[in-house]
Order: sequence, then structure tokens, then C-alpha cells
Amino acid sequence: MWNRKHLLGLEELSREEIVEVLDRARTFRESCTSSARKHSTLAGKTVVMLFFEPSTRTTTSFTLAAQRLSADVVGFSNSGSSTTKGETLIDTVRNIEAMGVDILVIRHGASGAPHLAARHVDVSVVNAGDGTHEHPTQGLLDLYTIREKKGKFEGLKVVIVGDIAHSRVARSNIFGLRTLGAEVFVSGPATLVPEHITELGATVVKDFDEIVGEADVINVLRIQRERIEGTVLPSTAEYTRLFGLTRERERRMKPDAIVMHPGPINRGVEIAPEVADGSRSVILEQVTNGVAVRMAVLSMVVGK
Amino acid sequence: MCDPASHRDELSDVLVRDGKIVQVGRVKGKADRVIDAAGKIVCPGLIDMHVHFREPGNDEAETIASGVAAAAAGGFTAVAVMPNTEPPMDTAQGVERMCLGAARAGLARVHPIACITKGRKGSELAELANLSRAGAAGFSDDGAWVADAARMRRAMECARTIGKPIISHAEDPKLSAHGVMHEGAVSTRAGLAGISARSEAAAVERDVLLAEETGASLHVAHVSVAGAVEVIRRAKARGVRVTAEATTHHLTLSDECLLERDEAGILKYDTNYKMNPPLRTRADVEALRAGVRDGTIDCIVSDHAPHGAETKAVEFSEASFGIVGLETTLPLIITELIETGVLSWSQAVAALTANPAGVLGVSSGTLAAGADADITIIDPGREWTIDVNAIRSRSRNSPFDGRKVKGVASCVLVAGEVKAGG
Repeated sequence: MWNRKHLLGLEELSREEIVEVLDRARTFRESCTSSARKHSTLAGKTVVMLFFEPSTRTTTSFTLAAQRLSADVVGFSNSGSSTTKGETLIDTVRNIEAMGVDILVIRHGASGAPHLAARHVDVSVVNAGDGTHEHPTQGLLDLYTIREKKGKFEGLKVVIVGDIAHSRVARSNIFGLRTLGAEVFVSGPATLVPEHITELGATVVKDFDEIVGEADVINVLRIQRERIEGTVLPSTAEYTRLFGLTRERERRMKPDAIVMHPGPINRGVEIAPEVADGSRSVILEQVTNGVAVRMAVLSMVVGK
Repeated sequence: MCDPASHRDELSDVLVRDGKIVQVGRVKGKADRVIDAAGKIVCPGLIDMHVHFREPGNDEAETIASGVAAAAAGGFTAVAVMPNTEPPMDTAQGVERMCLGAARAGLARVHPIACITKGRKGSELAELANLSRAGAAGFSDDGAWVADAARMRRAMECARTIGKPIISHAEDPKLSAHGVMHEGAVSTRAGLAGISARSEAAAVERDVLLAEETGASLHVAHVSVAGAVEVIRRAKARGVRVTAEATTHHLTLSDECLLERDEAGILKYDTNYKMNPPLRTRADVEALRAGVRDGTIDCIVSDHAPHGAETKAVEFSEASFGIVGLETTLPLIITELIETGVLSWSQAVAALTANPAGVLGVSSGTLAAGADADITIIDPGREWTIDVNAIRSRSRNSPFDGRKVKGVASCVLVAGEVKAGG
């Protein structure tokens, strides 16, 4: 039974807790794309979007999720760390709490920032991505999408390809998928795949081509050009050659394998446009599912 | 009494007169004052050869006076103070100011460690001879490695002429760039940028080679990784004049502390586990312990690094590096290293007395007749709980708050005068 006040990561969630969120999300799936049939679940509750790192997509998804549950939503964006801003994170969240709110949705560039906040306020905290640590709602919406498409996790081979080292999406996916019994493989340039990722339960595959044909799911991570050029590989073209999900690689995938991407996409870099828009792609379904999953999470952290 | 310098570990009296130790053994006659140390351990005054005070620059975190008060309370009769004040201790006036502040407070001896390079910037050498004359016991750009090998070689040649050690914070900043904790399984899990073990071992290797070439005395500060222990072990075996220290926290804690969760199950990201060098793996802790046992690591230090609460109550990546330690080091060594059989009393006491005295080239660190009467009396059986709100330091940044420990300094004498306890 879910009795958590916060959602900070998938590492600490049990299989039952994850399944409970996914089941709850399914009850919202039909209605999540329309404001015409609002739920009254969070009527009278206030949700604050505290985005210390800009993210239009995630803010929008959370905002729509809250609004479709009839919550009042307030946005608060402030980029920059506590030291450059002058006010500490603890002061910021305690000030907002003092105005009378129920849920803080926090995106922050520092790993552990939502955890720090949760330890200093009494209201619920939902982690909308912290540094290079976790992005639990993205992980959950990925799990939701895989479950819808595959119906199970045991025996599934999920490949995550890209910058694993700096990816909170990768970590949340690895934690959740391992808990649910899937096999997880990671692939990417050597300096972007930390050696110790194996201790989280993932298998490192140096040559992406070796695993393409075996995968049931390939989750392509967004690659930041500035992390690649000149430091990791000579060019983004070289990255595409080695780790891009090209049309040629897509053809070698299992017939029923699916392609995922947490967005935003760099078309032609980590994924070919034809693959992103192709029949295997579930990228837009992920986005839709994200609203339902966030509706479930916002409801459950306040015990609704 | 336990005095590794004179190979004594026995029941004995110690007679003190005019600030000096006069006689050790069975003392006959009547003294003006008798300190009954039955059931306790009388050892040379403890020396912490790696501490940071924040005066000048940040008196709120620690003054010289509060620092030496913390030292005396923790059982230390002498401390070597690192030069990373603001401004850094790179002038004779800076060194004299530190000496003067310590003399005014009068609670413990202070051995200033002056900068190797001006402003600790790693480029222009400071006036080492002048700093030495002003009272510097050694030279270090602590917190910063002298990355330019040619510069370090010059500094070592200079220090060798003067006859004082170069203390190196061995860390290649290019390898540890932006890291906030040990690079490994825990940093991968926590999503925190890592400081690789190689960033230390590689830097120690270079420093050792330069010390070998120049004949200078190199002291490696706060060794934290197995690889560095091995480099130092091999260097000592071939006769390089190298000594080394490890901190109490590196001997007792590993990076797994960063996985701690609070009562509610929330990952703590406890910034009191953030220091540089960072807490390493359990294997590294074992290697450090073995290093102290076989003499590769000569000294145990606190690396006392006071920081105001405002610099720790922030995101982990933003927090200051360092923890206070002057008042927790002795009980932790007794509880975690001696009581558990990792070190004998004489090994531990040597690492806190004779060995640091040897590195610093000071005459204390022994209870031999004729030595200054710097004495620490330890009550090894006293059980208590560390409480950061009860310490003398002006800062509270310790991960050991609330820990149950055994053993405490019950009386501290400097030059025959009682400075703490009684």
C-alpha cells in the first residue's frame, strides 16, 4: 500500500509501490488528455512548480496533470544555484510552504536538492529531476509505456543508449526496471558510461551494434552536443556512427521491438528522424502517458 | 605512561619542574602538586599536524583562540595550522600573526605551516626562508596541489636548504575536476560528480619522484586511497625522505555513508560527509589502517576544517568541503581503532606524538627527561556521546554528532601548566 508523502526516486520504491502507481495512472489515462472531464481529486489543494532548471515540457506536463485534478497551480522558476542566487534552497522552500501549499514539484540542477527540501518542509515533495541523480516521474512514465506495449517486465531486454553518466533518466529507469524484473543494458561512449553502473544492475555493452538485434526496448537518451564535441568524440557525426539509432540499426531490431526517447530529440544525432517518427516509435505516447502518471503521483503523495 | 619515543609503556611517575620533564620512573619525595593519573594513560602532549583555523578571513567559523581552545579540549598540546586563511599565510607577517594569536590564547602550541607559493596560486614561490625565520614549521599550499612540477621542484630544493618539510595536498585537479565525493559505485548511484582515486595516487607519485630527486623532506597530507599508500610504501623502502598522514575520518568512514537515509527513508546527502579528499571505499580504509600499522603512514590528523552552518545547509554539490575534528579525533581513535584492535596504544600514540614531532622538527612528542612538559592524560574508559553543541570550536560541522565513544583527554598540560581538565 502506498503511504509515501514524497516521490523522490525510484530506487527506494518496491515492486508493489511501482505497480500501484502504474495502475492508478491507467485510471487517468482516458481522461488525461482533456480538460473537459476534470477530476476533483485535488480540489482545494495547491501545487507549486519550483523549477530551478528550465524545462518547458516537464513543467507543462505537471501543470496539466495538476489542473486536470482540479488543483491550483503556481509556477516559480528561478535558475541558478543557491550560492549565486543569494537565498538558500531551504529558505526558498520554507517561504513557499509558509504561504500555504500542499505539493512542491521540484526540478533542480543539484543531485539531492529535492531531498534537502523534503527534509525541511512538512508538505509533499515530488522530484521532477535532480541533477544527474533521478527523474522518477520520467522513469514511471517509461515503465508505464513499456507495460502497455509489452504487458510484462520479466525477460524483457531494455537497452538505454547515450550519456549514461549524466542521465537521471537512465538511473530512474535502471532502478525501476530492475525492481520489476527486466534486464537492462547500457551503451554509449566509454567516458559517458560509468564503470560502476553495473552495481545498479545494468550490463554495459561497449558495442551498441551487438545488442540492437536483441533488444525488446531501445530507450535513446538525448545527447548534449557540448558534452560530445572535442571531448568525448571528435564530432557528433562520429557519435551518430557509433551510437545513433539510425535507419540501418532500426532495421536490425526485433520485429516487435519499440523505440523510446525522453525528449527533446536531436533529430539526426542520437536518432534518425525516420526512426523517431516510425512505426516502432512510442515517443508521443510516452508524453501522453506522462500526464497520467503525474496525475497518479500528485494524487498519491497527498493520500488521495 | 606511554611514550613511544623512548620505548616506554609502563607504570610510572612523571616529575615536572619549571615547564620541563625532570624525571620519569619511580619519583621519590614530595611534589607541590600531584595529578593522580591512576588507571589513566599519560602520554606526550598530542600533536595534530593538520588543522585549519579561519583567522584571518572568517572569524565566525574559527578564530585562533577558539581553535586552540578546541585543541586543548580535544587533548592536543600542539597543532600545525594550514595556511589557507584569507589572505593566505604567505608572508612573514601572516606567520607572526598566527604565532601571536596562539601565544595570546596560550592554550596550545601552534606550528604555522606557510604557503609554498604566493596566494596558494601555484605559480610564484613564496619567500620560504623568510617564512621559516618568522616561525613556519613547514610549507604547504594545502587545498591546492602545486601542479607545476618545475615549480614544486624549486620549492623542494629551497625547503631542503632550509631544512623544513614540504607538505603536499596531493590531488591532480585535472583528474578530480568538479568532483564532490569519491568516484565509484556510490557516486554513480547518488548522481554526484566523482573525484577519482588516481587524482591522488598520481599526484603522490610525482611528488615522491621530485622528493627523491631533490632530497627534500616530503610529507603527504591526508592520504586517502590505497594506491597512494602503496606509492609511499615503495618510496620509503627505497629511502626517499617521505612521510605521510591519514585523517581520523578516512580511517573510520567510507563513501557508503553517502547512502544514508533518514528515519523517513529520505536520502540524506549529508554535507558533513563532504570533505577533500573525500571518504573513499572500505578497501581504501583497510589499506590506510594497514599503512598506519606498518609505518607507511606516520601520523593521524584531524584535518579540522571549521565551516559556518550556512555553507553546509545547502545542496551537496554547493557545500563546503571539510569537517571539524579536534575534539573528536582522540575518542574516535580510541573507540574505532584501539578498542577494535586495529592499532595498539603505542602505535596510535606514536602517530599522535613522536611521529608528527619528527615531521615538524619540533622537540616535543616525548616524555624523556629534559623535554618540554607537554603532557596529555587520557581516561581510556570514560564513555560519552559526542555533542556538537558542546564543543569549543566555533563550528559544528561534524558527522560524528551523537556518536557514542569511549575515552577522553582528562588533563592537558603545556610546558607544565594545566590547560584543560585537571
